[in-house]
Order: sequence, then structure tokens, then C-alpha cells
Amino acid sequence: MLYALKIATRYLTASKAQTALLVFGVAIGVFIFIFMSALIGGLAEFIMMRTAGDMAHITIQAEAVDPALLVPQTGRTVLLVQEPTTQATAILKDTAAFLPLIAALPGVTGFSQQINGSGFLTRGAQVMQVSINGLEPGHESVIANLASYVTEGTANLAAGGVLVGKTLAEDMDLSLGQTVRLQSSAGIDAALTITGIYKMGSGGPDRRQAYVSLATARTLFALPQGVTRIEIKLADLYAADTLAPRIRALTGLDAKSWTEQAAQLLEALQAQAQTGYILKAFALLTIIIGVASALLLSTYRRRPEIGIMRAMGAGRWFVMVVIVSQGALIGLMGGLFGAAAGYGVLLAFPSRASFGPGQSGLPIDIRQGAYGLAIWLTTLGAILASILPARSAAQLDPVTAIGQ
Amino acid sequence: MTVLLEVRDLVKTFGSGEAETRVLRGLNLAMQTGELAALLGPSGSGKSTLLTILGTLMHPTSGSHTMLGVDLTTANDRALTEFRNLHIGFVFQFHNLLPDFTALENVCFPTAVREGRETATARARGQELLVRMGLAERVHFPTANLSGGQKQRVAVARALMNRPELVLADEPTGNLDRASAAQVMDLIGEINHEEGTTFLISTHDEKIAALCRRQIVVGDGLVTG
Ligand SMILES: Nc1ncnc2c1ncn2[C@@H]1O[C@H](COP(=O)(O)OP(=O)(O)O)[C@@H](O)[C@H]1O
Ligand SMILES: [Mg+2]
Repeated sequence: MLYALKIATRYLTASKAQTALLVFGVAIGVFIFIFMSALIGGLAEFIMMRTAGDMAHITIQAEAVDPALLVPQTGRTVLLVQEPTTQATAILKDTAAFLPLIAALPGVTGFSQQINGSGFLTRGAQVMQVSINGLEPGHESVIANLASYVTEGTANLAAGGVLVGKTLAEDMDLSLGQTVRLQSSAGIDAALTITGIYKMGSGGPDRRQAYVSLATARTLFALPQGVTRIEIKLADLYAADTLAPRIRALTGLDAKSWTEQAAQLLEALQAQAQTGYILKAFALLTIIIGVASALLLSTYRRRPEIGIMRAMGAGRWFVMVVIVSQGALIGLMGGLFGAAAGYGVLLAFPSRASFGPGQSGLPIDIRQGAYGLAIWLTTLGAILASILPARSAAQLDPVTAIGQ
Repeated sequence: MTVLLEVRDLVKTFGSGEAETRVLRGLNLAMQTGELAALLGPSGSGKSTLLTILGTLMHPTSGSHTMLGVDLTTANDRALTEFRNLHIGFVFQFHNLLPDFTALENVCFPTAVREGRETATARARGQELLVRMGLAERVHFPTANLSGGQKQRVAVARALMNRPELVLADEPTGNLDRASAAQVMDLIGEINHEEGTTFLISTHDEKIAALCRRQIVVGDGLVTG
């Protein structure tokens, strides 16, 4: 084996220009492979970060239970008029009992207990409908990274403070430190100070949202205990589909994976990944065809030498190993050079941190270059590519080969 | 003297039907250990064909072939490869050496290919053989830079590397000038004399043939003299 490798290496170094060209060609294929991996991966990451990054991966929403109908079912249409009640919202009780169980699940990185509802923000004569999010102080950035979006003030929610979006602030001419009134759909209102203004970059949250502390939300919605929603963040957002049923089984609560709402997004990402696979497969195929034809040619050129080796007592197996080793070396070198070049070029692109809102640039993720895979697949492909030339060389009749 | 090899009723045909050429037509030949023999005959008489069969590089169409008591007629490729490596050395007229390797690497090939690597022992033997062939200064030369005569002497050294019983040389001097040819033949004579290696050398050259103790003439696919 070692000796076959020596001969293979010598053959490659003997025709340096040809080998260099071949390795260069393979490296280009590898480069494309890596670039595609980083681009498709980065693009997916980018889209996920922009759309799904700030959402909860698993949500447990209190189920609103309709009051039972007291009229007997007669098969006729019943016209129902329901009176608004103060206890408008369904709640999740005894969260202390199951939250530790959820937090202990592998892959769960954080959770946020919330009281959500709707209400009106009033300043002077201006009134704006908003959705109210009551968050636990200290947990403001568990789901959406509020802290990173705050442009003025702070993300920390203190009692008596409210966080509003930039658009809302502009529309209502609000500024830090001002006092506003927030009235909930339950009819309760509170005077709150603007402690922070954020800009998420998307319309809804910037225009129609107000964040308050959980304690404030309890007052606003008259909920002395319980919460209306628990949002859970995972290390791997694709684990949501397997974890949601586990949480359902563990707690008996209706835990929903984000994918239930985002099927279209996932389909689009999958289609994109598949396009990436096809392009990468073509890059590999080009490498295989290139290596196979180059080795067929060089083997053809070296037929007399192969005949001489056979006459000197080299077996068919030895001849095969010599040629397959050449393929493997070309694949490995091309893989290494291509990966190094790929890494070098990707370094020039903006880092992953710039995928965040408000940033621009090609979303290429250098960490998703799949370098090891590229080198490994290329070497494997080059070995496969060398099998055909190796077989034909091994089958050569030494007499006709020498006679050429 | 003992019998080294024997072929009986050796027939070799190429092609089939209309295009069939019968090159060997029931040829018989035996050689003793230690012989230095010339194989003579006009071009196309089947000298190379006979040498390739004796060298186990080709199966005869029919007939038997034994060497060192081993029946090689029907042996498989693997067995023949090993037999060839251990017992037979070759010197060809053209395309003799591996051009991308040094003289020493070429000489060591038959041992290295068997042992899986170039051992120090093999290198020492290779070097000794090259010195013996008067190539002490050319040991690490790329063979592409050697003259024709030097190349053939490297080839002789390589043929002797595994101490084979038989060396087959197909017109080894056909491409050389007089002086180089004489030098190669002198070395072959010396090895034959000192080590008892059997040589069978095909040639059209009567002067070369005269240097050998036995002359085997082929014609019409048979040994005629
Ligand atoms: N592979 C082959 N296919 C067909 N004919 C062949 C082949 N090898 C040799 N011959 C024919 O066999 C005859 C003998 O060839 P060869 O043994 O090379 O003779 P020599 O070496 O004495 O010149 C020639 O007529 C040649 O054309
Ligand atoms: Mg001939």
C-alpha cells in the first residue's frame, strides 16, 4: 500500500502542470460546494432570524372555554347574545407546578410567562389601540430580543413603566419619561411612564404593541394569579415539533410548535435547501467526471509503464491501488485547497451578526460552509471516479501494453 | 545440470477465422540451469511470442509449460504474477524503465512491489547491482536522463534484483550502438558465469548470438536449430 502510494505520488508530481490544473479544477468544485452551503445556510438563517427568530418556538396558550349553553339542543338555530364579563381571559393556573418540568427538558433554553390582552394607549386627546404584553421583569428578552431593539431608554420593565415601539412613539409624539394612560379591555387603566422605545423593524410590533411588567398586566387585566400564555424558546428551533408533543404529554396543556403557524415558511426554506442540494450535487458530479476523465487519460498514456510493472511482478490489485491513490490524493488536495479558498473568500463577507434587523449585506454564513463534508465528499467522489480507470488499467494485457 | 524449463507442443495462434495467424506450431524447447542462450530467427518468426509465453505474460493456445517443476500452463494470473516476480527477470527492447523514477528506484521495483515498500536491504542490493553494471555515478539519476546503453544496464540490474533463475531479454541490444551493446553483453556474460543465472536472449545479430554458448533458431513456428 505504502509503495503504491509512493508511485501514485510520483506520478502526480511528475506531471506537475497537469496535476495542478486538475487539483485546481477540483478545488473550484469544492469552492462552489462550500459557497453554496454557506449561502443557502446563511439565507435560511437570515430568513429564520428575520421571521422566526423572534418568535416563540413553542407556545402554550390558555384555552378560552365557551360557557356551556343552557338551552337544550333542539336542532334549531339559537341566537346567542353574550354579555361581556370582567373575567374575559382564560388563564393558565399553577404555572409553578409545571414550569420547572418544561425548563428541565433538554433543548429548552428559556421560557416567558405572559399576560396578553388588548387595550388603549392614551396621551392627551390621542388614543391608540394596542396589544398589551405583560412580561416578567428580567425575562424581557427571552423570546424576542427586546434589549437589542431598544433605541432609547431600557428594555427592563419596572412596575409603572411601559415600552412602546418607535412607530407608535412617533405617531403619538411620545418620548422617554412621559406619562401615558393604558386602559385594558377589562376596563382597568393605569398611568405609566415610558421607560423605553424599541425598533424591531417590522410594522406590527413597532406600531401596535406595548410591553409592561407582569405585575402591571395583572392589575390591568385583574388577574391576581395565573398567566394567559407561556412562550418557550429552544436551542434548536427545528426540535419544536418533537418537543411540543412531549410538553403536551408532560403538562396536559395545549403546547403548539411554531411550525404549525409557519408551514409556508418551512416549505420555502426546504425548497431552497433542495435547490442547494442539487447545485452541490452538480458540483460533485463535475468533480467526479473531471477526475475520472483525467485519470483515464493519464492511465492511457502510461499503459506501457503499467505493462512493465505487471511484468516485474506487480499484481492487478497493486495497479488499481496506484490509480485509486492518485484519485484520492487529487480529491484530498483539491478538497483542502477548495475549502481553504472557500473559507478565505467567505471571511470577506459580513459576519452572521449582521443578519440582524436593520443590517444589510449578503446573508452568507461562514460557519455553514460544510468544509469537512466538502473535503470528505470530494475525496470519496475522486476515489469513486478513479475506480473505472483503475479497473481498466488492472485489466490491461501486459504484452500489448508494453508493445505500444 | 538440471532442467530449468520445458515447453512441449507449444501452439500460439492470434485472431480467429480468416484472420487467424499461427505463430507457434507445436514448438518444443528445454533449457538447463545456467545456460546462456541466444534466440535467433527472422523478424516475425515468433521470438517475442515465445519469450512472453516463457515469461508467463501470455498463455499458449495449447501445449505445456513447466519451470522449476511448476506447471504454469493453466496457473491463474495471481499465481503467475508471483512466480514471475520471484523467478523471472525481463529486459525489453523499448519502454523498459519507469521514466519518472531514478535508476535505483527502478532497480528496487521488483522487491519493493513484493514487500510493499522500499526497504534498506533492497536499496543496498539495488545499489550494489548498479555499481556492478558500472553505474555507480548514476544511482540517483532520473532514468529519463540516461543514455540508451545506461538504460539497458539499469534494466539488466532490475531483472537481476530478485535473484531470478531465468532472465528473458527481447532484443536488449537492438537499440544500442556497438560499444554499448558489447558492454551490456559482457555484463550478462559475467553474471551468467558468476551466479549461474540462465539467460535467453533474442536477437537478429549474429555477433551477439556468437557471444552465447547456445543458439536456438526458430522458424516457421518451430525450433529449427
Ligand atoms: N497480439 C498479436 N496479435 C496478432 N498477431 C500477433 C500478435 N503478436 C504477434 N503477432 C504476430 O505473430 C508473429 C510473430 O511475432 P513476434 O513474436 O513478435 O515475432 P519476432 O519477435 O520474432 O519478430 C508476427 O507475424 C506478428 O504479426
Ligand atoms: Mg520481437
